[in-house]
Amino acid sequence: MNDTQLILTMFAAVGLGTPLIFATVGEIITERAGILNLGVQGMMLIGAVTGFWGTFQTGNLVFGVVIAMVCGAALSAVHAFTSITLRVNQIVSGLALALFGSGLASFLGRAGSEPLVGHPSRAQFEPIFTGGIADIPIVGPLLFGHDPLVYLSWLVAGAASYYLFRTRMGLSLRAVGEDPASAEAAGVHVSKVRYVHVLIGGALAGLGGAYFSLALTPTWQDDPIGAAGWIAIALVILASWRPWRAVFAAYLFGAAERVQFTLQTLGEPWSDIPSTLLAMLPFILAIIAMIVLTSGKRARLLGAPSALGVPYFREQR
Amino acid sequence: MTTDAPTDAETDLAVELRNVDKAFYGVKANDNVNFRLARGEVHALLGENGAGKSTLCSILAGLYRPDAGEMFLNGAPTVFKSPKDALASGVGMIYQHFRLVPNLTVAENFALGHPSTGIRLDQKKLQEEAAELGDRYGLPIDPSARIWQLSVGEQQRVEILKLLYRNVDVLILDEPTAVLTPQESKQLFKTMRQMADEGRSVIFVSHKLREVKEVSDSVTVLRHGRNVGGVATADAEAEDLARMMVGRDLVLPARTDTTQPGSVVLAVTDLRVEGDRGLEVVSGVSFEVRAGEIVGIAGVSGNGQRELALGLNGLRTPTAGRVFITNFDVTKASVLAHIYAGMSYVPQNRLGVGLAPGLTTEENLALKAFRQPPYSRGRRLVPSAFRSEGARQIEQYDVRGVRPGLPIRLLSGGNLQKALIAREIEMGPKVLILHSPTRGLDVGATQTVRQLALAERARGVGVLLISEDLDELLALSDRLLVMYEGEIVGQMNTEDATAERLGLLMAGKRQGEQT
Repeated sequence: MNDTQLILTMFAAVGLGTPLIFATVGEIITERAGILNLGVQGMMLIGAVTGFWGTFQTGNLVFGVVIAMVCGAALSAVHAFTSITLRVNQIVSGLALALFGSGLASFLGRAGSEPLVGHPSRAQFEPIFTGGIADIPIVGPLLFGHDPLVYLSWLVAGAASYYLFRTRMGLSLRAVGEDPASAEAAGVHVSKVRYVHVLIGGALAGLGGAYFSLALTPTWQDDPIGAAGWIAIALVILASWRPWRAVFAAYLFGAAERVQFTLQTLGEPWSDIPSTLLAMLPFILAIIAMIVLTSGKRARLLGAPSALGVPYFREQR
Repeated sequence: MTTDAPTDAETDLAVELRNVDKAFYGVKANDNVNFRLARGEVHALLGENGAGKSTLCSILAGLYRPDAGEMFLNGAPTVFKSPKDALASGVGMIYQHFRLVPNLTVAENFALGHPSTGIRLDQKKLQEEAAELGDRYGLPIDPSARIWQLSVGEQQRVEILKLLYRNVDVLILDEPTAVLTPQESKQLFKTMRQMADEGRSVIFVSHKLREVKEVSDSVTVLRHGRNVGGVATADAEAEDLARMMVGRDLVLPARTDTTQPGSVVLAVTDLRVEGDRGLEVVSGVSFEVRAGEIVGIAGVSGNGQRELALGLNGLRTPTAGRVFITNFDVTKASVLAHIYAGMSYVPQNRLGVGLAPGLTTEENLALKAFRQPPYSRGRRLVPSAFRSEGARQIEQYDVRGVRPGLPIRLLSGGNLQKALIAREIEMGPKVLILHSPTRGLDVGATQTVRQLALAERARGVGVLLISEDLDELLALSDRLLVMYEGEIVGQMNTEDATAERLGLLMAGKRQGEQT
C-alpha cells in the first residue's frame, strides 16, 4: 500500500467513523445511566430519514440535523418509558425499537405522493477548510479536510468525557448506573437522570443517522446506514464506556469498512479476495474484539456499569 | 403511646411521627406508630427483626411514604417525597446495606447528590474537605480510596461523614453495630455521643439490649409494627426492655452439657480459596470438626468466611489444600459428591443460594433428595411423595405460612430458614455448615434454629457454625476459631473465650500479640 492509499483510507475512515462516534457516545451516555438501549439501529435510521426530509423540505442542513436529533430522542423516549417507568425487559424493548425504527424509516422514505426514495439531498455537508491548511501534505487533509460534523463529533466526545468525569451531573449519572439505590439515598433523582440520558443517547443516535443521509451518501435510499447501529453497541464495549476511546474505536471500524475498497485498487493478489468476504471484516473484527475484551479477568477491568440493564424499584424489599 | 418519653416542651422535639401506618403487600409493617425524637439525644429504637424498625426509619428518611399518619419536623408538619427531600431538611439515614457507590471514591460519594452550587467537580478540594471532616470527628479516612477497597467498618465511617458533610441534624443508624467488632462499636458510640453533644439527634436502631443500655438516652420499643412503649434508658432495666420487645420472657437455648466429641468428620488442611475478584481470600486454613461438637468461626464479615464455606462444600474449587469428609477426599469433588459424602450447608444467603425463590415450599424441601426414593422412581418424579413428605416436614419443623402451589419466597425470613434447615437435616448429614443461621430472624425463630443445631450436635453431627453474632457463638460452640483476612488467627475453647478477647482477634491482633 503506498502513502496515498494509506492517507485515502485514513481519510475515509474518519468519514465512515463519524456516525459511529455520535451513536457510540450516545449509547455510552445511555448505558452509564444503567439503561441498555439496543434500539440504536432504529434511532439512527429514523434520524437518517427525518434529517434528510428536513433538509429536503427547507434546504437547510442545520434544520435537518435538529429534526434528526429530536426524532431520535423521541424514539428513545419510548424505550425510556418502557424500561424506566414500566420496568420491562430492556433487551426486548430495545430490540423492538430497532425493528420498529427500521420499518418506520423505510416506510417514511416511500410514503406520500412524492416519496423521498431515490432523491438526492438538496444540500450536503462540505469540508470547512478549502485550500490553505487543508493542502498541507498528510496532516492537511486528515486534520483539516473534513466537514463540520466531523469536528462536532470530536467536540461531542470531549464534552461527554468532561461531563462524565469532571462535573457533578456526570457523577450523578455514573452513580445511577452503578448503584441506583445508593444514588437515590444520596439525593439523586434516579428516574429523572435515566430519562434525560436515554434521550441524549437517542438524540446522538439520530445525529449519527443523519450523517449518513446528509454527508456520506446524500441521497435517500432504503437502507442507508448498513449495520452501523449494531456496530455502535459493540463499540461501547470496545471503548469500555469511555467517550474518548469511542473515537478511536469508531475510526478503527471506519478503516475496516474502507479496506475492502482500498484492496480492490491495489491489484493482484489483493483484488482477488471476494468483496463479500471483505464486507464481513468489520463484523469479524467486532466479534474478535468482544471475545478478547470480555474473556477472563480483563472483563472486570472494563468498567461496565454495575446496574446496566437492571430496572430500579425504590420500595423493593 | 402509653408511657411517653418525658418531654414537656414540644419545641425541643426534632422529629415527631403521629399515627403512622405502612403496609407491604397487605402486611402491616407499621401500625399506628407514634414516635418522638428530642434534640441532642441518642434515641434507641428497639425491637425484634420484623418489628418495623427499618420501615419506620425509612419513612423518616423519605425512602418510603407512609400510608397514613403525619410527620412533624421541628414542630412543623412535613412530607418527604424522597430521600433528597429528607436530606435537604436535615434528616439522613445510614442503612444496614450501605448506600455507597462501590466504584466511586470516598470524596466522590461525598459529592454525590450534594446540593452545593457549581457544575464542575473539584476533586482536589473535595478530598481536602473530606479528610478535614474525618479528622474533626476522629474518623480518619482516605478520601481518594474507592469504596470497594475499604473494610466494612471504614465504609460505615464514610457513611457517617457523608451525612455530616451534608450537615444533617437527625442521623438514623440502622443496626450499625451488626458489622463491627466490639472495639469498633465502642468508637462508634463515642462518635454518636459527640454528635448528640453538638445538638444533633441520633436514632440508634438495634435489637441488642446491652448496646441500647450503653449508648442511648431514651428508648422506643416496637413490637409487631406497634409502638409498645417509650422510656428514658436510665429508668429501664434490661429485663423490662426485653419483655417489652418480645412480649414475654426471653429464653434462648444454649449449650449446657459437655459431651465427648467423637471421630473427625471434617478435616481441612491448608485450604486456599479465591474470592470473586480472583484474589486469594482464604489463605491456608486448617482445622477439624469432630462428630457431636459445634465449632464456631468468628470474624467480621468479609474476612473469607463465605469463601471458606464455598470451598468446603464444592461450590468453589479450592486452589490448594485438602478437604476430607470422614474418610473421603472431596477437595475437587462436585457439589453432589459433597452432598452424598454427608455434607449439609445452610448458606448465609437463604433465598437464592439456599432456596429457589420461585419454586414451592414442597419442591424446595425436596431439592436435594429428589434424585432418590421416595421422591423419584427411576427417572420419574413422584408428585404424591413431594406432597406427603412436604406436609410431614412442614408440620415437624413448624414452617408457617405455607400456601400450596405458591412460591417459597412469600414466606417470612424465619420460616424460610426453618424450611432450609429442615431440608438440610433431613439429608442425615455427617457435617452441617451453618452460616449466620439466625441473622434477621425474630427471637422465636432464633430459638428454634438454635435448638435444631443443638439437637444435631446431640445426634452426633459435626456442626461448623460461621457467625458474626458473638453471643450466638459463645452460647452454642464447643470450640471457637477466629478468622481474619483469610486466616485462622486464634482458637480457644468456649469456656476460655470472652467478647473482648474475640474482638481483639477479629480486629487482627494475633494470639500472643495481645497484651
